[in-house]
Amino acid sequence: MIRHLLDGVPRRGIALLLVLLAILLAAPYLVGGYVLSVLFLILYFAYVGQAWNIMMGFAGQLSLGHSLYVGLGAYAAAALYVHFGISPWIGLGASIIISGFAGAVIGFLAFRFGVSGVYFAILTIAFAEFARIGFDHFAWVSGSSGLFLPVENYTENDFWNLRGSPAMFYYLMLAMTVAAFLLCHLLLKSRVGYYWLAIRESPEAAQALGINIFKYKMYAVVLSAAMTSLAGVVFAFYYNNLFPEQIFHISRSIELILGPIIGGVGTLVGPLVGAFLLTALAEGLRELMLQIGVEVPGVKQVFYGFCLLWVVMFLPDGVWPPLARLLGLHKTERED
Amino acid sequence: MGLPIEIYLNVAASGLLTGLVYGLMALGLSVIFGVVRVVNFAHGEMMTVGMYVAILAFATLGIDPLVMMVPIAAVLFVFGYLLQTGLINPFINRPEHSQFMLLVAVALILVNLQLIVFGPDSQGVRTSYSFDSYAIGPLIIDASKVYAALAAVAVAAALFAFFRFTLLGKAIRACADNYHGALVVGLNVKHLYALTFGLGTACVGAAGAMLVAITDVTPTIGPAYTLLAFVIVITGGLGSMPGALLGGVLIGVTEALGGLLFTPSAKSMFAFGILVLVLLFRPQGILGRKLS
Repeated sequence: MIRHLLDGVPRRGIALLLVLLAILLAAPYLVGGYVLSVLFLILYFAYVGQAWNIMMGFAGQLSLGHSLYVGLGAYAAAALYVHFGISPWIGLGASIIISGFAGAVIGFLAFRFGVSGVYFAILTIAFAEFARIGFDHFAWVSGSSGLFLPVENYTENDFWNLRGSPAMFYYLMLAMTVAAFLLCHLLLKSRVGYYWLAIRESPEAAQALGINIFKYKMYAVVLSAAMTSLAGVVFAFYYNNLFPEQIFHISRSIELILGPIIGGVGTLVGPLVGAFLLTALAEGLRELMLQIGVEVPGVKQVFYGFCLLWVVMFLPDGVWPPLARLLGLHKTERED
Repeated sequence: MGLPIEIYLNVAASGLLTGLVYGLMALGLSVIFGVVRVVNFAHGEMMTVGMYVAILAFATLGIDPLVMMVPIAAVLFVFGYLLQTGLINPFINRPEHSQFMLLVAVALILVNLQLIVFGPDSQGVRTSYSFDSYAIGPLIIDASKVYAALAAVAVAAALFAFFRFTLLGKAIRACADNYHGALVVGLNVKHLYALTFGLGTACVGAAGAMLVAITDVTPTIGPAYTLLAFVIVITGGLGSMPGALLGGVLIGVTEALGGLLFTPSAKSMFAFGILVLVLLFRPQGILGRKLS
C-alpha cells in the first residue's frame, strides 16, 4: 500500500510535502487567530479545488456550478442538526447522498444528450442558480432569511457535534485536504484515473478503445460532488450561518475554481499552490486596504479577475508546472 | 386560479414584449458564438454597462434611453472589437475551456468595476412616458415596453439584413462556415471576427439601453443576464438567429406567467425548467440544426 503510494514520486517531493505537513500541523501553536483563519481558508479552497479538479482536471468536464454541491452539503447537514439535533457526522451521509444525486442528475442530463464543453458548464451554472432561487423559497431551512446554527461559548471541543474552537476546524480541514490529496494521487494511478485522462484528451479515441465514457464521466461527477459536499458541511458548522444568496451564488463557484486554475488544472499540487497564492494575496490586499483606510466592495474580485486573466494568458498550464521544474520535481506531475 | 383571464393575457403580452428585448440580447451571444465559436461569458455584464451608460445619460443630460441606444451600441461595438483583437484572437486555437476562462475573467472584472463605480443599489430610468399605456381590447400594455420591443425588432431586422444582403455580412458568414476556406480565399478572418464580436456586443448594448426603460439594474445582476442569454440561445437553437428571438419570447412569456402564478422572485426557475426540458427532448434547440 505504502509502496504503491510512493511509487514514482521523487524523494525530494516527499520530503517537501512532509515539511509542509509538519508546518501545517504545528501552525495552531505558532500563529494567532487571524493567521489560523486564513490558513483554514487556504485549506478549504485547496480541498474544494482538489474535488473540482477530479471533474475538470482529470475527466475534462468543466463545472462552473460547484457551489451547488457546497450548498446542498451545507444545508443538508445543518438542517438535520438544527431541526433534529443529528450530529454532522451522521448528517454528512445525507450531504453526500443529496449532492451525489444532484451530480448524477446533471451528469445524466448532459452526458446522455451530448451536452459537453462550454454547454455543460452552463448547465451546471443553471442548476446552481436553480438551487439558489429554490432555497430562497424553501421554508424548512428559513428561505432567504438564512439558516443559523445555535452558538454558545464552548469551554471544550465537542467533536461529535462539531462545536468548538477554530483550531478543531483547522485540523479537520487539514485532515480532509490530506485525505483528498492522497485519494487523488491514488486515483491518478488507478485504472479509473487513466480512463479519465483518456476521456479528457480525446473522448472519441477513448470510446473507440472500448471505454464506457458515459460511465466514467458519471463517476467523476458523482465523486467530485460528494467530496465537495463535505466541504459544505464544514463550512456550515464553521460559519454557523447559511444564506442561499451567498452559498449557491455563482461568484462562489468561480472563487472555488480559481485555485486549481491558477495552480494548474489536472495537477495534484496545483489546487494547493493556487489556494495558497490566491488566499494569501487576497488577504494581503485586504490588509493593505485596511491600512490605507479605503473600503470598497468588489476590489478583491477585480483583483481575482486580473489574476485569472494573467494566468490564463501567460501561464496556460498554471503556476505549478514551471514551479515544479524550478524545484526539480517535474516528473511527479501531470501524468499524461 | 381565481384571476380573470385578462390578467393572464396582459402578463403574457408584457412578457412577450420584454422577451423580444431578451431576444436581441441573446442574438448578440448567438452571432458571436455562431461565427467566432467563442462563448461570451461576459455578455450580461456588457449589457449592464449599456444600462448604466443609459442611466447616466438620462440623469445628467436627459437623453431618452432609446436615443442613447445608438451611441451605446457604437461604444460597445468598439469595446467588443478591441476585446476580440486584443485578448481573444490569440486564443482562437486554444482549448475551449481556456477561452471560456478568459471571458470569465473579463466578466469578473467588469461586474466588480461596475460595483465599485456605481455602487450596489438598484437604479433605473423614469421617462415622461414611463406610466403611459395603450389599451387594445382587453389588453393594457405599457408604452415603454412597446417602444423597447419595436426597437429590438428593428435592430434584429437590420442585423438579419446585414448578414443576408451585404458583402461584409456574406464574408462573415463564410468565416463561420469554413475558417480555412475563408483564409484561403483571402479574407481577413481576424478582422472579420473582431467585427462580429463588435456586432454582438453592440446588440447587447442596444438591448441594455432598451431594457433600462423596463426594469432597474444593479451591478450584480450581470451574471444572471448572461445565464438568461445562454438559456435563450440553447432553447432557440445554437447559431440560429430566428431561434434567439423565438427563445427570447418563449422565456419572456414563461417568466412573466411563472412570476404571476407563483412569486416574482422565483420566475427565473421557470426559465431553467425550460432549459432542462429542451436539453432532454430537443438538445439542438427549437430551431437548431441537429447536433453532430
